[in-house]
Amino acid sequence: MIYREAGDFKASYRADGQTFPLRLDRTAYWALLAVAFLVVPFVITDYWATSVLVPFLIYAIAALGLNILVGYTGQVSLGTGGFMAVGAYATYKLTTMFPDVSILIHVVLAGGVTALVGMLFGLPSLRIKGFYLAVSTLAAQFFLIWLFNKVPWFYNYSASGQITMPERTVFGVLVTGPSTSAPAKYLVCLGFAVILAWLARNLTRGTSGRKWMAIRDMDIAAEIIGVNPLTAKLTSFAVSSFMIGIAGALFFAVYLGAAEASESFGINKSFLILFMVIIGGLGSVFGSFAGAAFMVLLPVLLKNVLVGGMGWPTDLAAHIELMIVGALIVFFLIVEPHGLAQLWRLTKEKLRLWPFPH
Amino acid sequence: MEQLLYVAELVMNGLMTGVMYALVALGFVLIFKASGVFNYSQGVLALFAALTLVGIQNGQIPFAHLINAMFGTNLHSFGWTVPSVLAILLTAGVMVLLALAIEKLVLRHLVGQEPIILFMATIGLAYFLEGFGDVMWGADVKTLDVGLPQGISDTAEAWTAQLTGYGFFIDRLDIWAAIVATALVAALVAFSQFTKQGRAMRAVADDHQAALSVGISLQFIWIMVWSIAGFVALVAGIMWGTKSGVQFSLSLIALKALPVLMLGGFTSIPGAIVGGLIIGVGEKLFEFFVGPMIGGATETWFAYVLALIFLVFRPQGLFGERIIERV
Amino acid sequence: MKLRFAAAVAAAMMAAGPAMADLLVPHLSYRTGPYAGNGNQYADGFNDYFTLINERDGGIGGEKILTPECETAYNTEKGVECYEANKSEAALLYNPMSTGITYQLIPKVAADEKVLYTPGYGRTSAKNGDVFKWVFNAPANYWDGASVAIKYLLDENGGSLEGKKIALIYHNSAYGKEPIRTLQDLSEKHGFTLTELPVDPPGQEQKSQWLQIRREKPDYVIMWGWGVMNQAAIQEAANIRFPMENFIGIWWSGGEVDVQPAGAAADGYKSLTFNGVGTDYPFYDDLKTHVIDPGKASGGGQFVGSAVYSRGVYAALIIGEAISKAQELAGTPQINAAQLRDGFEALDISEERMAELGLPGFGQPIQLSCENHGGAGMARLQQWDADTGTWSLITDFIQPDAEVLDPLIAEDSAAYAAEAGITPRCG
Repeated sequence: MIYREAGDFKASYRADGQTFPLRLDRTAYWALLAVAFLVVPFVITDYWATSVLVPFLIYAIAALGLNILVGYTGQVSLGTGGFMAVGAYATYKLTTMFPDVSILIHVVLAGGVTALVGMLFGLPSLRIKGFYLAVSTLAAQFFLIWLFNKVPWFYNYSASGQITMPERTVFGVLVTGPSTSAPAKYLVCLGFAVILAWLARNLTRGTSGRKWMAIRDMDIAAEIIGVNPLTAKLTSFAVSSFMIGIAGALFFAVYLGAAEASESFGINKSFLILFMVIIGGLGSVFGSFAGAAFMVLLPVLLKNVLVGGMGWPTDLAAHIELMIVGALIVFFLIVEPHGLAQLWRLTKEKLRLWPFPH
Repeated sequence: MEQLLYVAELVMNGLMTGVMYALVALGFVLIFKASGVFNYSQGVLALFAALTLVGIQNGQIPFAHLINAMFGTNLHSFGWTVPSVLAILLTAGVMVLLALAIEKLVLRHLVGQEPIILFMATIGLAYFLEGFGDVMWGADVKTLDVGLPQGISDTAEAWTAQLTGYGFFIDRLDIWAAIVATALVAALVAFSQFTKQGRAMRAVADDHQAALSVGISLQFIWIMVWSIAGFVALVAGIMWGTKSGVQFSLSLIALKALPVLMLGGFTSIPGAIVGGLIIGVGEKLFEFFVGPMIGGATETWFAYVLALIFLVFRPQGLFGERIIERV
Repeated sequence: MKLRFAAAVAAAMMAAGPAMADLLVPHLSYRTGPYAGNGNQYADGFNDYFTLINERDGGIGGEKILTPECETAYNTEKGVECYEANKSEAALLYNPMSTGITYQLIPKVAADEKVLYTPGYGRTSAKNGDVFKWVFNAPANYWDGASVAIKYLLDENGGSLEGKKIALIYHNSAYGKEPIRTLQDLSEKHGFTLTELPVDPPGQEQKSQWLQIRREKPDYVIMWGWGVMNQAAIQEAANIRFPMENFIGIWWSGGEVDVQPAGAAADGYKSLTFNGVGTDYPFYDDLKTHVIDPGKASGGGQFVGSAVYSRGVYAALIIGEAISKAQELAGTPQINAAQLRDGFEALDISEERMAELGLPGFGQPIQLSCENHGGAGMARLQQWDADTGTWSLITDFIQPDAEVLDPLIAEDSAAYAAEAGITPRCG
């Protein structure tokens, strides 16, 4: 009754093709952005920033990137952790080599570096398909981590192989390093997340997005109708890796502050982000955010409820947490294989009809 | 000359290690062939099987920790020990029950879904089983001993020393693993060639629809295949668990089996064996010749890169079925 | 849905808040994941010591010590989450039991003014209190360990290692790479050749490394391993019949769980340690009456007296002593983190004090100061007896080689000071 399209007239193609065709959606979207930018920074605490919101936003960026590859182009990749490491190490090298250049520029450049690396590892996708491709992207994962662990140049010859982010400022406000305030961390990540989500949305509904989806649905057929699989697959790898690289850069620079390749960007990260994409919904920008929220919040919530709320021993709680996460993943896949985004779409459909069922 | 002998020794050991990888890879192939599911949880299955085996052997009370936490009791063990053979049989029984549960609760509801969804479901399953195994049997490192010998084989050393002047190192456990693996593959081949259920299994692997139409029960076949995979996991778990104790890291051997699969092809049992051997030898030789130049510890990625390069030339793996695409 | 989520999280967090009257030492432990086997035992020892103090003495200076556990699974992100979740005003000190998490927390504790205590792990150069104001790593660090191992081998060989071959097999991570620099410098000084053999975690498959050892026949093998790598290495060493008494592990490769899977073949294996093992101390009588018998032992008390458990006890003991020192200095039992830091810097645990605590000869005397946050750095060797299934101490405490270590520490901490913009404060 409240959520409806009646009276919402479109007078141009432009208006008809917009992301949120319903006025209510648009209002909600702008309201959400306003809250995120104008309210949250004033109420955020250290715990909420470091444990919930900052990881959520960073993972959402990574999931967005992976979703372009898996959800829109149909190329399953398990190399996400390795690509995030590229972003992190690129930022570290760039910012220690050119300390005067703004960290924001370095983060974007790190994304660019990752895009190049991603394209390189994307080349085999022209020959290898399906699970064979998924497993072969693991080659990127393990090789890159080994490389960062082995070549001392990447970690500036520090004794232990750890990289530590020096303090950097944006407009005079500290955004990296241990003394960074919670709102600063949050706003940097939010800024990147919003811009990249906007980018992803507009890329995927344009020419390149259509090409990607044609490749996903059937690459031979796509080739016949004139889509060049080489450029389509490689641009997809490039855009995807660009976002993943930025996520990796923020993960290291803003979130962790210090990192070690095998520990912070291991194979588990690749799986975690693939989970977010699938739980959230393949081929959906909203799904990437929903999936990231689900996978970041759920363990924190379970831990707090089981240990804090029910006073269980931590080891038992951790094991049961694993069981619950596993069971929920299976449950979700059974109930709604198309992810949270599909659930959201169905809810909206129902709401639009409510209270009349037909 | 001496260099050559070292290389020969490395190749021997590489072959043996390859057999150990192939043991894990076999489980993947069986399930993929019969149901098209890429079962990521195979490594955790091996861990779970090994945990259960140790638990039964030592007479541990399952869920003791959970019960203690909830009721304030102090339970640990029944106070008896079970002989190895009986314990292995009991564990195999548990794996069959597990296969039954997986089919009933998970697979049945996911029939006809895309492969990636099924793959993700098995990852969810892996998480669940990992937590479940820990709750059931505890997370501490356990010693597994079913009477398999370990350590250098004196016969092999003496024999090679006599022959070449340099005694080769061959682990007795590896020899046993090779024997067991051969027996296992022979049994599997015999089963699938000469029994009714085996033929039904091959029919399902060929074409689900056609198999259904001639009256083969898919559900039964799936339960059977998962049980067999569970048994293979048990064997792999025994071998790896004897080597380094039963603990969480055991589940990570799945990562060692993936390149073997790629190389051998997802659908071929001989492929898993040959792939395992190639990877085992390849990574040892690479570490020996190239490793020192680039800093060592190359074994984590070499297998993957080898498989990747190989796949570029033959996208379906060594023995995999040729992928034919039609518009 | 979201709102309910948030409400539940908030409610759970509120419930977790401690009572303000007690002293809070958040306990970052790991009982799951790849290193659970060791983490379990350490956490139990750590808990049991404070349970005993609370039960028997009513706490320290009348204040009970609370150690709420938080599971990190040896994972950096979860460790940071635990740190933030417990970072209330009252939190005094963190002991994360992970080198990776320690590196994350070093800059954070300096900003938040909390004490970080990393006995036997973490960043070695944190010994330099001039630069690392909030970090303590007494009684010994990795470089001490490397040096003590070489000192011991020197003693074994009549003072000279000239022409000997020593192999280092290490966990290919920040932790495992720590001793390389020290061992390289020591090899120059003493004229032995050093072979470095990295093992990528987790490290089940080490056949190439051990075949190389079999081929090159080093005189000694030193190991920096952790988790499954320890068990696999000891098994492989037994397989190639490497003489176990020439195989020396760092203290984190010296737990019961590391040698047990190899069975009788592990007999004679040596490892470094900086704490006593076994239950042969008067302390354990009290522990039995006040903690184990009433059923208050952490984890059911199944690991009491094991090597890693004892290390947990020892860490808790040093923290406890620092707390009571801090109370004495501050003149109040209700101390804060800054006062605890002062307590650490004035820490003085003599042998008599150890005997008073019921643990005579369990650890070395510790004296800290503004500059020295790492103590004397001595360690001793223990040897595994597979028949009885026990460790026995085979040497007295051995002093590390300060001549080699001090310049390394000065260099590394100066690099950190320059990077982080810290000016030395001890003057």
